[in-house]
Amino acid sequence: MSIPVIIGVLAITFVLAYVVGNPLAIYVNERTPPQAIDQIIRHHGLDQPLYVQFFLYLRNLVMGDWGWSDTANSYVVDAIRRFFPATIELSIVAMIIAVLVGIPLGIVSATRKDQIVDHVTRVIALAGVSMPIFWFALMLKYLLYYQFFIWGLPYLPEGGRYSIVTVTYNPVTNFILIDSLITGNLVLFFDALVHLVMPAACLGYLTLAIITRMMRSSMLEVLKEDYITLARSKGLRERVVIYRHALRNAMIPTVTIIGLAFGGLITGAVLTETIFSWPGLGRWAVRSILTSDIPSINAFTLLVAIIFVSANLIVDLIYGALDPRIRYG
Amino acid sequence: MTTGDDFTMVTSNTTTHGTQDEIPELAPDVILDVRGLKTSFYTYEGVVKALDGISVDLKKGDTLAFVGETGCGKSVTAKSIMRLVESPGRIEEGEVIFRDRADDGSEVIMDLLKLSTEEMRHIRGNRIGIVFQDPATYPNPVFRIGDQIAEVISLHQDLALDVLRMKIERLEAALAENPDAPNAAEIQEKISNYESQLDDPPSPSETDKKELAKKRAVDMLRMVRMPTPEEVANQYPHELSGGMRQRALIAMALSCNPQILICDEATTALDVTVQAQVLRLLNELKSEFDSSIIIITHDLGVVAETCTKVAVMYAGVVAEYASTEDLFADPLHPYTLGLLRAIPKLTEKTDRLLQIRGSVPNLITPPTGCRFHPRCDYATGICKEERPPRAEMKPGHWVECHHPQGSMAGKR
Repeated sequence: MSIPVIIGVLAITFVLAYVVGNPLAIYVNERTPPQAIDQIIRHHGLDQPLYVQFFLYLRNLVMGDWGWSDTANSYVVDAIRRFFPATIELSIVAMIIAVLVGIPLGIVSATRKDQIVDHVTRVIALAGVSMPIFWFALMLKYLLYYQFFIWGLPYLPEGGRYSIVTVTYNPVTNFILIDSLITGNLVLFFDALVHLVMPAACLGYLTLAIITRMMRSSMLEVLKEDYITLARSKGLRERVVIYRHALRNAMIPTVTIIGLAFGGLITGAVLTETIFSWPGLGRWAVRSILTSDIPSINAFTLLVAIIFVSANLIVDLIYGALDPRIRYG
Repeated sequence: MTTGDDFTMVTSNTTTHGTQDEIPELAPDVILDVRGLKTSFYTYEGVVKALDGISVDLKKGDTLAFVGETGCGKSVTAKSIMRLVESPGRIEEGEVIFRDRADDGSEVIMDLLKLSTEEMRHIRGNRIGIVFQDPATYPNPVFRIGDQIAEVISLHQDLALDVLRMKIERLEAALAENPDAPNAAEIQEKISNYESQLDDPPSPSETDKKELAKKRAVDMLRMVRMPTPEEVANQYPHELSGGMRQRALIAMALSCNPQILICDEATTALDVTVQAQVLRLLNELKSEFDSSIIIITHDLGVVAETCTKVAVMYAGVVAEYASTEDLFADPLHPYTLGLLRAIPKLTEKTDRLLQIRGSVPNLITPPTGCRFHPRCDYATGICKEERPPRAEMKPGHWVECHHPQGSMAGKR
């Protein structure tokens, strides 16, 4: 199921990318001698029919030749190796924040339905859905960086993954949190963590809002079920009824949303990364789009597709763990 | 059904519950006495008076049936007794007096409606078990049957002593199997060590407790005649048939040896053949566990087969309450009369089945006076204005009616 989806995405992006401009433009500039152009065309297979070109493209992808990125000034594969971990790190931390805050908020607002906690939660969630991410990011930066700095409070860094000036970092995997832990560099670890707080909170807020509302409604749904009455009739504590009997059932629809939202985080990172000068996929993609850097755009699209597909695959696996009826289906 | 001779010991060591203001009185052979129970639901359309003064009692060892049409308040009665009525429902007034027999044999009389939530939790599933109507929706779909039963057992039972016994048994079995094992002396020492703790068992570890509870769960499944109980304990509800699930639910309700078992339409969703099996099972288990049963049903056949007492309910009121023989032989309330008439007889040939005219009233605006009067053939002016008092027309035969029929016709 996943493989055809990815091939489909490849076909569409390939065609789209090659119809918006002259594919030759990638390989030439104003100083290319005109007599070399024929050779370039032949060399890159641009004189072949489109389907042959597509297969050539696929062959190159499989062989690890993803092309040259002008924006990153390196091979696309190397650029991905550099930018991808930054985005994944940001997205995972954002997702952790969203899940750890969103699910308890959802449960609390379901069990205290129409009480003050529920209303406050509703406002928080509504704000998360309605605020544009770039506006929220700028406001956050204005308050937590600029104003806190002026007021002399401990302020959060304005952008970037770590304090380049004061902390040294020798990349191993490019996941700063992992690298700093395996090299035992705690200063770098906390520095990176502090840098993550604002962008991750910003990026995770929308997902948090969605998870909260989803959790609330599915929890309310489940609490009406007969097996909750049965659990109560056994004499179980209300806490056990909610966190053991109801939560697992209520998690099933919420997990779907979490899986879909993770793909959304990667694309949402485009704005967040630009605002917080985060050297990740999103910022690279924006710059590539502005400069018509086709190989980079294609690589970004492909990565997003792969992330969406694998997130859904993981969701399917979690389903099985949560619900025995699906496990054997 | 005779009510056993172990009542002689009752009341001698009866105490009342500490948190009660006054001592509720209870006849010595009665285990549950519901007095004037009123439950209402506060909906947008108005207040639904689902129960409007229910009074019945359950003697020890009896099987009491609540019968009536859909929506007459049978299930609400069961849920009110268990205090499981959920918002927007509310128990307005009344008393549910329960005689609780503790494990050491001492007895406590308490009003269930006045207990704290914590005290009520101790009653639920432990002293009063309930089996619900629909075996398809009541078991939790994401937990194994065995775990769901074991959960009740480890919640309410003190397993310390049994865990110790289980450990000793296991070691003895190991020793018996291989008496020449090099560590035989060690095992023997362990056994005597455990045996010395039997008087004051240490609290067991969570894993031991879980294992024992699971074993007990399998025993319970065997008790309800479940085929291959060990396998079923490891299965999920969706892997079982309706009848098997119902048995599992009964096992769950019985797993702490409750004094009262409430079966809320427990057999309605089942095939007739399975239904007969389950009913037989319930009667067997009742004598085995020395409990009393409340059966909620709309099937008079079930009542005749299994119950000793019947409460006929109509629109949130107990219309008639009598022993089963008495009720079938001499129905006094016109509603009961209509119900019994509506059963088609095998020996007579009729084109049209008899029915009670009209339909169940809306409980937001119930009929004034007697709630049955718009459908009653015998209604007069007084029925419209005044609610008939609950009266004992014959010994043990209570009726709420201005114009009782049968042997009491015209006697009021």
